Amino acid sequence: MRGKGSSSSKISTLIVDDDPIIRRIHKVLLTKVGLETQVVENGKKAVDLYHSGASFDLILMDLEMAIMDGPKATKELRAMGVQSMIVGVTARDLEVEKQMFMASGLNDCYVKPLTTDTVTALVKKLKKDN
Amino acid sequence: MEVVQMQRRFVEYAASLFREGFLDGQFTQLQQLQDESNPDFVVEVVSLFFEDSEKLLNDLSRALDQQNVDFKRVDSHVHQLKGSSSSIGAQRVKNACIAFRNYCEEQNTDACLSCLQQVKQEYSLVKSKLETLFRVSARSLLLKDKTNLESGFQTSFSKSDC
Repeated sequence: MRGKGSSSSKISTLIVDDDPIIRRIHKVLLTKVGLETQVVENGKKAVDLYHSGASFDLILMDLEMAIMDGPKATKELRAMGVQSMIVGVTARDLEVEKQMFMASGLNDCYVKPLTTDTVTALVKKLKKDN
Repeated sequence: MEVVQMQRRFVEYAASLFREGFLDGQFTQLQQLQDESNPDFVVEVVSLFFEDSEKLLNDLSRALDQQNVDFKRVDSHVHQLKGSSSSIGAQRVKNACIAFRNYCEEQNTDACLSCLQQVKQEYSLVKSKLETLFRVSARSLLLKDKTNLESGFQTSFSKSDC
């Protein structure tokens, strides 16, 4: 379990997605840009991680997942006081869907899979905020 | 020289797949992610896609074969298939799934069955083309390895070859 006070200076990320292909692609993508990654298959596992004391600089949160979906998990994390950057990933570029997801407490929302450019921009943002 | 010819074959074949709409920019993104630390990344992800798709296509056939079709279930499978085909850049499969979802909404069994046939066809096509692409790539890499053994050149199925 990684805490915020980790000795590593790398940005830590949590990938939350029920699609093994997306998990693989995002893991390689984020690792390539120099980030540390951890991967879980649904929102409940993400919430459980935070409950157990783990914390991440960035969460990539999928919209549709079994057991606990993106909006529900995001709402729970925010209610717990989690300040991590949470970026939603959706399968469709539907404005209505994105807005609904954003309303649950996201910092931003993109169509998946993410591109290198988007991730680089997110990293820049994270470094600035820190 | 044999190596150059083989590499050209690979480049031309890959280009034709993009031109004919079988693959789109997302496949290029995958190629860009492949490097020495992930030398088989593209093949790995595409293999995941093959596994995933075969299972989903079976599930879809079964779901549409029921007396009372559960369209929500059908839609969920198509959504997954659309997602994974989109992730690897299998454009024509993705587009076939988009059409499919419209008929799920209308709860039209016959139209859905017809869409399923279409998706199966597109999947079959892109699968065989990707397998050919990997074969051509593997052959060109083997030749490259053989030829460049002493020079210690690096080999990879990467964007630079396209």
